[in-house]
Amino acid sequence: MADYRWPEAGKRSLIGKRISRLDGPVKSSGRVKYTYDVDRPNMLYGKMVLSPYAQATIKSIDTTAAEKMPGVKAVQVMREPGTEILWAGQEVVAVAAETEEQARDAARRVVVNYEKLPHLVRDVEPAKAGDRAKPAAEQTEGDPDKAFQEAEVTVEGQYGCSVITHCCLEAHGQATEWEGDNLTVWASTQNVSGIGGEFATGLKIPAGNVRTLTPVMGGGFGSKFGADTWGVACAQLAKKAGRPVKMMLERDHELMVAGARPSIHAKVRVGAQKDGTITAWSSESWGTGGMGTGGSPRLPYVFRIPNQRKRHTAVLTNIGPVRAWRAPNHPQLCLITMAALEDLAAKLGIDPVEMFLKNIGMTGELSKVYAAELQKAAELIEWQKKWHPRGDKAPGVIKRGLGISLHTWGGGGHPSNCACAIHPDGSVEVSLGSQDLGTGTRTVIAIIAAETLGLPLEAVKVNIGDSHYPQSGGSGGSTTVGGVSASTRRATTNALNELLAKMAPSLGVENDQLEAVGGRIQVKGNPSKGMSWKQACAKLGTTPINATGQTSITTPTGPSARDLISSGVGGVQMAEVAVDIETGVVKLEKLVAVQDCGLIIDLKTAESQVYGGCIMGVCYALYEEKIMDEQTGRCLNPDMEFYKLAGIADIGELVVHMMTGPGYDERGVIGLGEPPVISSGALTPDKVLAALEKGGAA
Amino acid sequence: MQAFEYAHPRSMTEALPLLGSRWGETEILAGGTDLLSLMKNYVVTPKRVVNIKGLRELRGIRGTPEGIYIGALVTLEELRTSQPMHEYPALAQAAAGVTSPQIRNMGTVGGDLCQRPRCWYFRSGFGLLARDESGRSLVPQGENRYHAILGNDGPAYFVNPSSLAPALIALGAKARLDGQNGERYVALAEFFVIPKSDAERENVLQPNEILTHVIIPEGAWELSSATYEVRQKEALDWPLATAAVALKMQAGKVASARIVLGHVAPIPWPAPEAEKSLAGQPINEATAARAGEAAVQGAKPLSGNRYKVQLARVAVKRALLAAARPRSIGAKGGV
Ligand SMILES: Cc1cc2nc3c(=O)[nH]c(=O)nc-3n(C[C@H](O)[C@H](O)[C@H](O)COP(=O)(O)OP(=O)(O)OC[C@H]3O[C@@H](n4cnc5c(N)ncnc54)[C@H](O)[C@@H]3O)c2cc1C
Repeated sequence: MADYRWPEAGKRSLIGKRISRLDGPVKSSGRVKYTYDVDRPNMLYGKMVLSPYAQATIKSIDTTAAEKMPGVKAVQVMREPGTEILWAGQEVVAVAAETEEQARDAARRVVVNYEKLPHLVRDVEPAKAGDRAKPAAEQTEGDPDKAFQEAEVTVEGQYGCSVITHCCLEAHGQATEWEGDNLTVWASTQNVSGIGGEFATGLKIPAGNVRTLTPVMGGGFGSKFGADTWGVACAQLAKKAGRPVKMMLERDHELMVAGARPSIHAKVRVGAQKDGTITAWSSESWGTGGMGTGGSPRLPYVFRIPNQRKRHTAVLTNIGPVRAWRAPNHPQLCLITMAALEDLAAKLGIDPVEMFLKNIGMTGELSKVYAAELQKAAELIEWQKKWHPRGDKAPGVIKRGLGISLHTWGGGGHPSNCACAIHPDGSVEVSLGSQDLGTGTRTVIAIIAAETLGLPLEAVKVNIGDSHYPQSGGSGGSTTVGGVSASTRRATTNALNELLAKMAPSLGVENDQLEAVGGRIQVKGNPSKGMSWKQACAKLGTTPINATGQTSITTPTGPSARDLISSGVGGVQMAEVAVDIETGVVKLEKLVAVQDCGLIIDLKTAESQVYGGCIMGVCYALYEEKIMDEQTGRCLNPDMEFYKLAGIADIGELVVHMMTGPGYDERGVIGLGEPPVISSGALTPDKVLAALEKGGAA
Repeated sequence: MQAFEYAHPRSMTEALPLLGSRWGETEILAGGTDLLSLMKNYVVTPKRVVNIKGLRELRGIRGTPEGIYIGALVTLEELRTSQPMHEYPALAQAAAGVTSPQIRNMGTVGGDLCQRPRCWYFRSGFGLLARDESGRSLVPQGENRYHAILGNDGPAYFVNPSSLAPALIALGAKARLDGQNGERYVALAEFFVIPKSDAERENVLQPNEILTHVIIPEGAWELSSATYEVRQKEALDWPLATAAVALKMQAGKVASARIVLGHVAPIPWPAPEAEKSLAGQPINEATAARAGEAAVQGAKPLSGNRYKVQLARVAVKRALLAAARPRSIGAKGGV
């Protein structure tokens, strides 16, 4: 009998190697079709009428002129008169026409009357937000007053970051096609198994009637979990027109409404002893998450400072709907905490690495991981050589500074089901209703199946991106790799055990004496006694093996957890930043990311996740902001021109180091989507300060 | 995009009658890198689009006794790489500053000079002068971080987007404009104007004229020139402030100087005070910094763009220092 548990280090043929993603060639050559590329026979294009006002009541809607426009086949009112608009760009009417241009032109002929209402679109200080300021209850731990009184050193500062968007390469949207009462949706979604139900509810059809297809998708980062109003409207248009309809968001609409990350600003005070022991934290924070209050942010981040007082106020604004953004809330909290702690180190005149190490116990269970990672990161960025107290004394207008940041994330696997079929011709299929957002999920599944069955990677066909496959969780919170790894490992092990059970009698041994290695089924310790995989499968006659596997529902946590999967990782990043003190232009020169994520299935795609996270972090640290205009209530930069993202030349050198081997591998597979983006954004703002202070700001 | 009639003339004589006599009726299409987005966003909605890419007389860079003729259809990439342009570093550097190869290969000299402002209120449909329903400009109390710090007494607050214009003006270039009644030449320094109403445009071109050539006068190759751009990003982005300078040096001293700021005013902004401050001086940190100071004397920052004053000051200083260095050392923004 083959064992579920992951093979020992010496016995892995594929797991942990550097394997290129399987769909790389078809993606880079454009052969694979994204939702955006879907082109069904007779398909129409949908476009939407958006509210120009940030808050208003819809008084009336007249679609007559639009209906008469050339090419128009269906018009769907998405919000009835009388309903309230809560952000500019909110969808009011959808139109389907023969071409995109016709649909766009027709949408402009829809006449909507609004009654404008007062709005707020800026995350102003609570005092200026009137009744839109919603304070949360104060939280305290320990005795902050006493701790601050006794602190030998205190430091104060204000830190924060703006509302940003997701900027997925592929916009939100879908194509929909009816066949009687059955609906097929090609959706750019993170949730293949899950969104069908939402479509069904919106359209009042049985959930089983909806099939969702997402063979590949161009990024979601947390913004693509729902059917969305435009998804349902798209299906309604298709029903009315009796033809397939595709409706993808335009880039401006995408940036206006398809997701925003809440802002946060905080006035922070930190107290410490002269030797660097951190004793007290207080923060007064505010920010906006649109019209929702959210909870109280869990400040300080990672370091559990013994005495704390925290007050948070949510400012309700008409910026558009907030959606989970890669590692929800962590980047903002990380930025504020790390900036404040680095200011503290500066005031104490201590090297921040030293100060972080001194207080590492406050990070709890992961403290050993962090300590090892701090050491590794310091070595890779040459901290000892490059670090200097604040204020770069080097001549010239370019000043440099180093920064440091710690982060954590859960990343336990989600519920997932996998079906494995071994066919008599020797071919193998693994099927899951999962999706590959571009992270390498498909490749990871293939690696695990091939490893388990002792086959080469090419021998396994991976079926994902179709809701007809066994249910698998949505890809959020770094839950996918854990979920699909465990279910795939179990399904393929179960299938293999069935095969071994069938082969054992003919080889005259017990099942548990057989193994599948190198494309053969053979007796353990006696490789010559056995047969090729193909020969073995041929013995199945006409009946393929069908086995299933599930992810266990509870994920063990913590560094000592041992199972196929667990959760709880730590990462350390360090950066070297240069600033031109005459212009304020900041450039990231080098960023080192050291990360653990348990057992790594594919080192290459794991590293790619970290590179991607770092790049995303650099983007929001240096450039991104959803710029809102208080006068008009609109987003002023819903384009890729003034919504600034880094280009290759802006990113600097990235160095990624994955913590692997003993101490990490035994914890099983843990998710990696979120962690690497958390620290990168925290690395720059105060580094700039560090470089500027005493460096001679112009 | 609103449906339109598309014309593809093969010669100037065919092209000119196709143009309308009022702005808004017809638009000229060159590389289309700006016009297409304007049309897609319904900021302009022409009834007819006249593609001038078939006009061969508008191509190429040619030396004549009066100077260098640069055809309006010459691309930014040609400008950046062509041999004759190496004599005019300010211009080649300005072209190189547009860091997208796609835009440099499609975008043309004529299009760069005639492109419309990037003011986000204009681009969102509030008109060239960015006014609300009551006629009040949205800029002074709005988001004006990228708007003008000079020449901003109103009603225009946008910045002229052309990176080539300051360099060309510093080099003393003029534009040739062709209409049905023949051609006229306008110094580029006089080509740009600050519109007083939404119906006006940002230059003296008439709706039925085509900008056919830009002419750099003979002798300009003797000038020491440079462009310095302050850019937040290296990847494609708009500069925050730029300066182009062209110096006539005699025995290590400035005999005459032209200094033009870009992206800080509704038109490329000349800096005569800065020019004067350099007369008879050598170029060094001190004189260059003083010129930078003089260039922004009249600046009146808006609520959110005070930082641009410092950037303009530094751009002038660095452009001067770059121009005074021996040739082939480029000046480029960023760190
Ligand atoms: C993200 C981004 C960043 C950019 N950064 C910069 C930058 O840093 N600096 C910079 O200078 N530019 C920059 N550009 C703008 C780019 O250089 C211009 O779009 C391009 O030069 C326009 O040339 P075109 O031939 O494509 O013009 P088109 O789009 O074809 O035309 C632009 C306008 O000029 C008119 N026009 C064109 N040719 C003529 C002519 N011969 N006679 C009369 N009218 C004419 C058109 O009618 C239209 O109104 C940037 C563009 C983008 C999208």
